[in-house]
Amino acid sequence: MNVLLPLPLLMPLLTAVLCLLGWRSRRWQQAASLAGGFALLAVAVVLLVAVRRTGVQAVAVGSWPPPYGIVLVVDLFSALMVLVSAIIGVATIIYSLATVDAARENYGYHPLVHVLLAGVCGAFLTGDVFNLYVWFEVMLIASFVLMALGGERIQMEGAIKYVTLNLVSSAIFLAAVGILYGLAGTLNMADLAMKLRPAQGDGMVVTVSLMFMAAFGIKAAVFPLFFWLPASYHVPPVAVSALFAGLLTKVGVYALVRLFTLVFVQDVGFTHTLLLVVAGLTMASGVLGAAVQREFRRILSFHIVSQIGYMVMGLALFTPLAVSGAVFYIIHHIIVKTNLFLIAGLVSRLQGTEALALLGGLYRWRPALAMLFLIPALSLAGIPPLSGFFAKLILVRAGLETRQYAIVATALLVSLLTLFSMTKIWQEAFWKQAPALDPAVAPAPAGPAYKVAAGAAVALAALTVSIGLGAEFLLRLSSEAAGQLLDPSAYVAAVLGGRP
Amino acid sequence: MTPLMALLVGVLYAAGIYMLLRRSIVKLILGLVLLSHAAHLLIFTAGGLEWRRAPFIPPGAERLTGVVADPLPQALIMTAIVISFGVTAFALVLVYRAHQAASTDDWDEMRSSEP
Repeated sequence: MNVLLPLPLLMPLLTAVLCLLGWRSRRWQQAASLAGGFALLAVAVVLLVAVRRTGVQAVAVGSWPPPYGIVLVVDLFSALMVLVSAIIGVATIIYSLATVDAARENYGYHPLVHVLLAGVCGAFLTGDVFNLYVWFEVMLIASFVLMALGGERIQMEGAIKYVTLNLVSSAIFLAAVGILYGLAGTLNMADLAMKLRPAQGDGMVVTVSLMFMAAFGIKAAVFPLFFWLPASYHVPPVAVSALFAGLLTKVGVYALVRLFTLVFVQDVGFTHTLLLVVAGLTMASGVLGAAVQREFRRILSFHIVSQIGYMVMGLALFTPLAVSGAVFYIIHHIIVKTNLFLIAGLVSRLQGTEALALLGGLYRWRPALAMLFLIPALSLAGIPPLSGFFAKLILVRAGLETRQYAIVATALLVSLLTLFSMTKIWQEAFWKQAPALDPAVAPAPAGPAYKVAAGAAVALAALTVSIGLGAEFLLRLSSEAAGQLLDPSAYVAAVLGGRP
Repeated sequence: MTPLMALLVGVLYAAGIYMLLRRSIVKLILGLVLLSHAAHLLIFTAGGLEWRRAPFIPPGAERLTGVVADPLPQALIMTAIVISFGVTAFALVLVYRAHQAASTDDWDEMRSSEP
C-alpha cells in the first residue's frame, strides 16, 4: 500500500490534533501550525514528483478492493492542486501569525485552518463521489466556524448567508449522489466512468449531471448562483478571507472539472455548451459587479466570481489545450487572488479602513507596497509577462481553435474591465492624496508584525512572477494533467486494474 | 410504496424551500433541516424499496447467498444524518448569536454586510 497518498490528509489532521493538545498555549499553537503547514508543503512536493514519475496512483483505504471500498486517487491535476493549496496554507498561516488577534487564536483558529486544509486536500484526492461529499462537509464546517469566529455583527450576518447557501448546495449534492447511486449502483468515480460511458443520450444521466452542476456551481460561485460570495467574503479577518478566496471556490471548480471530464461526458454537446454559456455570463456579471463597488475586499470578491468564469470556460471548450488552460488558470488564480487579499489586509492595517474613498497616498509613503500590489493586480488583468497573461493566452487560443468567437470576445473584454477595476484601486488607494490624513505626516512606522505579514505577500508575488517567466514549465505540467483528464483510461486502470 | 415515498420527498422539498424563502432566520434553519431530510429519504428511495433479507452471511457459509438488501444506501444515509446533525447544531448556535448581535430575526434588517 502506497503510504504517500493519505499523507496530505493525515498531516493537517495531525497538526490540528497537536494544536488542540496545546489549547492553552498560544505560542505552541502557532509553532505547531507553522510546522504543520511546512510539513504539508513538503509532502505535496514529494507527491507531485512521485506522480510525475510513475503516473496516476490509487490506494484502497482499509484494503477494501474498489469499487466497494473508498479509494484515494492522485493524478497530476490533483497533485498540482494539493501543492498549490499547501503553498496557500503556508502563506496564510505566516500572515495570520502576524495579524490574527489573540482572542481568535485562543478559540481554535489554527486547528480550524488545518481541518479546512484537510478537507480541501481530501476533496482533491478522493476517488469516490460520496467521499467527496464528506470532504466537502469537513471543509465547510471548518470554514463556517472560521467565518463566524470573533462574533462581530457583520460577521454573523455574512456567515448566515454563507452557511445557508452552502447547505442548500450540499442538499442538492446529496440528492444527486442518491439518484446517481440508484442509476449506476456504484459511487466509485472510475467505476462510474466505465458504467455510464455507454449511456449515450440517457436523459436520466444528463439530469443527474445537471444536479451536480448546480451543486458545484453554487460552491464555485458561477452565474447565477454566486450571490453568497460577495455578501460574505469581506467580513472575516483578512487571513481567513484570503484562504477562502484562494481555495474554497476552486474546490467547487475542481469537482466540476473532475466529474465533467471523467463521469459526465455522455452528452457533451448539451452539458458543456451550457457550461460555456454559464462561463461567459459569470465572467461578465462578476466584473460588472466589481465595477460599482467602492471597497477593497468587496471589489476583489466580485473578481473571484469573474475569474471562475475563465476556469469554467476552459472546461467547457473541452479540448486538450482548453483543459490545460483551465488547469493553468486555476493555479495562477489561487496564488494571485490570495495575494491580493493579503495586500488588501496590509493596506487596511496601515490606514484603518477598506473604503476606497478614505484611502490614499500610499504610493508616497509605501512605494514598495504599491509595487507589491501592482504585480498580482496586473497579473489578474493579464498583462505580460506575468502568469495571468499566459493563462488567458492559452484559453483565448483554445477558443479561437474551436471557433467559439463569442466567448473569446467576452474573455478579452472582461480582462479589459478587470484592468479598469485594478486601475481604480491603484488610483484610489495608492495614487491620490489621502483625504483624511495630513499629506505632510507619514503613517505610523511598520512594526515587525507588518514585516512578517508583508513577507508572505512578497513570497506569493515572487511565485507569480516566476510562473510568468517560467510559463513553459507549468504549461507542460498542465498539458500533461489535461491529457490525463481527457483520457481517463490511466485513471480507471489505476483504480480498478492494477491493485496495489 | 415508491410513488408514496416520491410524493413525501417532494412535499418535504417544497416545504423546505418555502421555509427558506421566509424572512425569519429561525424558519430558515427549519427549511435547511427539511431539505436535508428530503435528501436522506431520496437516497433511501433511490437505493430500492423492496422487502429483502438483511445482508448477513449465514452460519457455516463462505459468502452471501440469495437475494439480500443493499446495505450501502443505509450506510450513506447514516453518514449524511450525522453530518446534518452537526451542521444543524452549528447553524442553530449561529442563528442564536446573530439574533443576539443584530437583535432581530428578520432577514431584511440584516444588511450591514451588504450596504
